[in-house]
Amino acid sequence: MKSTGQSILRNGTGWLLPALIVLVWEIAARTGLISPNVMAAPSAVAEAFWRLLLSGELVRNIGVSTARALSGFAIGGSIGLIFGLANGLSGLSRNLTDTTLQMVRNIPHLALIPLVILWFGIDEEAKLFLVALGVFFPIYVNTLLGIQSVDPQLVEMGRVYGMSRTTLFFRVILPGALPAIFVGLRYALGIMWLTLIVAETIAASSGLGYMAMQAREFLLIDVVVLSILIYALLGKLADSFARLLERLTLQWHPAFQTA
Amino acid sequence: MSVITLDQQTKPARPVKETAEARALRETPPGQWFPYAAPKPRDQDNRDVAFSFRGVSRKFGDKTVLDNIDLDVPAGQFIAVIGKSGCGKSTLLRLLTGLDKPTSGTLTLNKGAEGENRTRIMFQEPRLLPWAKIARNVEVGLTGIAKGAEAREKSLAILSEVGLADRAEEWPSVLSGGQRQRVALARALVAHPYILALDEPLGALDALTRIEMQHLLESIWQQQTFTAVLVTHDVAEAVALADRVIVIDHGRIALDFDIPLERPRRHGSPELARLEGKILDTLFGGSD
Ligand SMILES: Nc1ncnc2c1ncn2[C@@H]1O[C@H](COP(=O)(O)OP(=O)(O)OP(=O)(O)O)[C@@H](O)[C@H]1O
Ligand SMILES: [Mg+2]
Repeated sequence: MKSTGQSILRNGTGWLLPALIVLVWEIAARTGLISPNVMAAPSAVAEAFWRLLLSGELVRNIGVSTARALSGFAIGGSIGLIFGLANGLSGLSRNLTDTTLQMVRNIPHLALIPLVILWFGIDEEAKLFLVALGVFFPIYVNTLLGIQSVDPQLVEMGRVYGMSRTTLFFRVILPGALPAIFVGLRYALGIMWLTLIVAETIAASSGLGYMAMQAREFLLIDVVVLSILIYALLGKLADSFARLLERLTLQWHPAFQTA
Repeated sequence: MSVITLDQQTKPARPVKETAEARALRETPPGQWFPYAAPKPRDQDNRDVAFSFRGVSRKFGDKTVLDNIDLDVPAGQFIAVIGKSGCGKSTLLRLLTGLDKPTSGTLTLNKGAEGENRTRIMFQEPRLLPWAKIARNVEVGLTGIAKGAEAREKSLAILSEVGLADRAEEWPSVLSGGQRQRVALARALVAHPYILALDEPLGALDALTRIEMQHLLESIWQQQTFTAVLVTHDVAEAVALADRVIVIDHGRIALDFDIPLERPRRHGSPELARLEGKILDTLFGGSD
């Protein structure tokens, strides 16, 4: 009994500080210590949340943003995975493409925004292109790294036991590369939201970023703060999902074994 | 059991995917890097020979590691290979298990009835797949031989022989070093190999675990009657376990003699000590 009480206490203590901050923030806003056109009170943000939820605007914008994020991620991530696998497994493929890819990697993908707007305007393709490009590199680099770091002794063992190439890939190489691929995945999820925020803020006619920019024009600071919070929440959600997936697939890994 | 030459081994007997080695062998003209040996006439009984090396040499660049080795090992023999570090013991085992090809000479060995590979190697490290449970790791030893429920059944049976039946559903990371090496032994034995090559498999174990593993190895070898080729640094281990000891020096077999002692052998008995002394004398230039 004592230990469960302690664990509740331990988990609870982490939330103490945020709760205190919100409280102080609310008091500061109500007493006029923080001017309402600098920062909205937590209660005002909650009110905005309720208002936008009822009007359906919030759900629609979240839906639009999430769809963009995920489809961009799917495109960039799968291309990155394919190139990572191909270049990890085949020296020919690596010689052919790796240098080029490493060169492109040095261009910050957000620097392409003006060019992308010229190409696609503010259509969906612009956002998809940027997200896919941003997501591509962490997945590519980590997949390649993961495959190259697979223990050659295990590969040799698989050969001695007569594993075919496909068996060797699915039983030895892919599981060995998976921890690194997950590192890439989580990093890519971060980049995915970041890219989308920037792209939607600059060039969009729907989505969370667009909602925030509209609110700014009408000085609806509560909606601006709300958008930022929702971005943070979505980012956290994606990361938790990736962690869950990681825990499920990497059960063998000592780092994921709960005693 | 049939005796065929190594270059026939790689022709898949079943419609399986061709391995990289198999393709390399197929595409290389015989005689270029693996001289073709005509199948021996059936008149002499080759069944009793587990494998034989005929004038086998292996060079790395212009460095000759194995020089014209001739070696016949009867089926079921327990042979120990010793020699100084870097003398080519591992190279010999790599040739035997097909991980490497001789520069010249031929190597013949027993294959399964369908030509499947029945030679197994146990390395100094366990080399278990960290992402597979113990039983699944043992099933790797049945690749291309058995699948599914049959493979599971066989792997559980062999696990209980090495005393790890209750650990079948655990991850390798929770086992001790000695237990992992026992799993590796189970994986090597699960398909009932004709030849088991052991490359200092006990080198990394502590003295007590080592003796325990020696007993285990000996008793399984006595039950299963495979041919064992044990590479070791430990001369005492060699004379305690083997029927025959060969010493490799300067790429050649410098010493080859039988150990006609009864089993089980007692650790530290005078006969073992005498044989050990004789081998050490040869290794260090002979001060007799
Ligand atoms: N792939 C290779 N390329 C070049 N030289 C090699 C290669 N493999 C082995 N050698 C050389 O062949 C020699 C014999 O190596 P081997 O691994 O067979 O020695 P060993 O007897 O097993 O030694 P140890 O007892 O230390 O394990 C060494 O000098 C080694 O440097
Ligand atoms: Mg060696």
